[in-house]
Amino acid sequence: MAGEKRKGLQLLDFWVSPFGQRCRIALDEKALPYEYLEQDLGNKSELLIRSNPVHKKIPVLVHDGRPVCESLIIVQYIDEAFSSSSSLLPSDPYARAQARFWADYIDKKVYDCGTRLWKTKGEPQQQARKEMVEILKTLEGALGDKPYFGGDEFGFVDVAFVPFTAWFLTYERFGEISVEKECPKLAAWAKRCGERESVKKNLSPPEKVYEFIATLKKKFGIE
Amino acid sequence: MSQPETVKLINAFGSPFGHRAEAALCVKGVPYELILEDLGSKSELLLKHNPVHKFVPVLLHGDRAVAESIVIIEYIDEAFEGPPLLPADPHGRAEARFWAQFIDHKFSRPFWLSFWMEDGPRKEAFVKEAKENLALLEGQIKGRRFFGGDDIGLVDIAAGGLARWVGVFEEVAGVRVMSDEEFPDLCQWAERYVSHESVNKCLPSRGELVALYSSWKEMYMQVAKVKFSS
Repeated sequence: MAGEKRKGLQLLDFWVSPFGQRCRIALDEKALPYEYLEQDLGNKSELLIRSNPVHKKIPVLVHDGRPVCESLIIVQYIDEAFSSSSSLLPSDPYARAQARFWADYIDKKVYDCGTRLWKTKGEPQQQARKEMVEILKTLEGALGDKPYFGGDEFGFVDVAFVPFTAWFLTYERFGEISVEKECPKLAAWAKRCGERESVKKNLSPPEKVYEFIATLKKKFGIE
Repeated sequence: MSQPETVKLINAFGSPFGHRAEAALCVKGVPYELILEDLGSKSELLLKHNPVHKFVPVLLHGDRAVAESIVIIEYIDEAFEGPPLLPADPHGRAEARFWAQFIDHKFSRPFWLSFWMEDGPRKEAFVKEAKENLALLEGQIKGRRFFGGDDIGLVDIAAGGLARWVGVFEEVAGVRVMSDEEFPDLCQWAERYVSHESVNKCLPSRGELVALYSSWKEMYMQVAKVKFSS
């Protein structure tokens, strides 16, 4: 590619994406300035396709012209490339493995089940509801009585999961799940995280997420 | 220095995911005790140490249990001395994690369905998808000895299933997905991987795996039929 490499950090993202928000939160936790580049996912830019040719998805972090893809990989990259500021991952290998395990669990389970909650009706939706409650209870078990998943400090797993707290309202209204009722400790954790500047600034307001999904449902013809 | 803690690996014979954990231990030079699980009748040990997924592999290091094969590889890299499985620079590490995740997410399903589904257009679509993913890996290995560079790394170990298991499934199912005409560099990498002295120690032989998966063929085909019957 001709031309000079752009210096600094750019984030290719989409406003409501919980995956993109993970990266925004991580960048703010590390006090890293960056340029936010909103992407039109219906008409993908040349920059996005060039930066993520394999998946053509957001988020993509571009650092001095070099792209990093996949949100949890981006968060780990931010932690490692800018290691002088406070760490998101613990230093102990076992604690790191635990953090990666739970972030992987969240990645495997939450978004897919959440999508089925609002996209389906009848029996499949009932199944999705049952699964979501199980997922949330499992995560609540992992949290235990700690203030954050990593312990006393906000860390990797908190970053991985907190954007989905903006989706709780959507799950409640379309999926008829009350997170407050089913998992009070998780609801309390969500509130605690919501008081952090990085989270306040970067999470979509729950009503906006709900409106977005309601629009998608109409678009897909799901009553 | 205190006594090194015991390392045990709960695996099931023939599991490509379990192999990842064994290969990482062997490349790193970590002695371990292998505990083979009967997945038809899961042990208390497995259920206690991986209550969330109830899958193999699970690494037991002293009193610590680590589950999920890619998580285990990174743990082994960080907890033990030995040749590094990831590069030192953050961008190189991000690249390695990206490709390990790609392999983890994009290979299992289309490959499994390519092998065990009934013949027809849907099976052909999965074969096409599997080959598209292989083409991306072919692009990555070109000009390199291993994905990790001069020696085996995270991506090589994550891709280990391609080096041994794909050939086995091809033989058992009678479906060709990874030919050396279409994927010459990848097939040469596969040869280097299975011949590597550390991998060789812990890799089940092709014959043993063919026998095992032949005995499961009917069951797999039934499962594929049920999943795609509607």
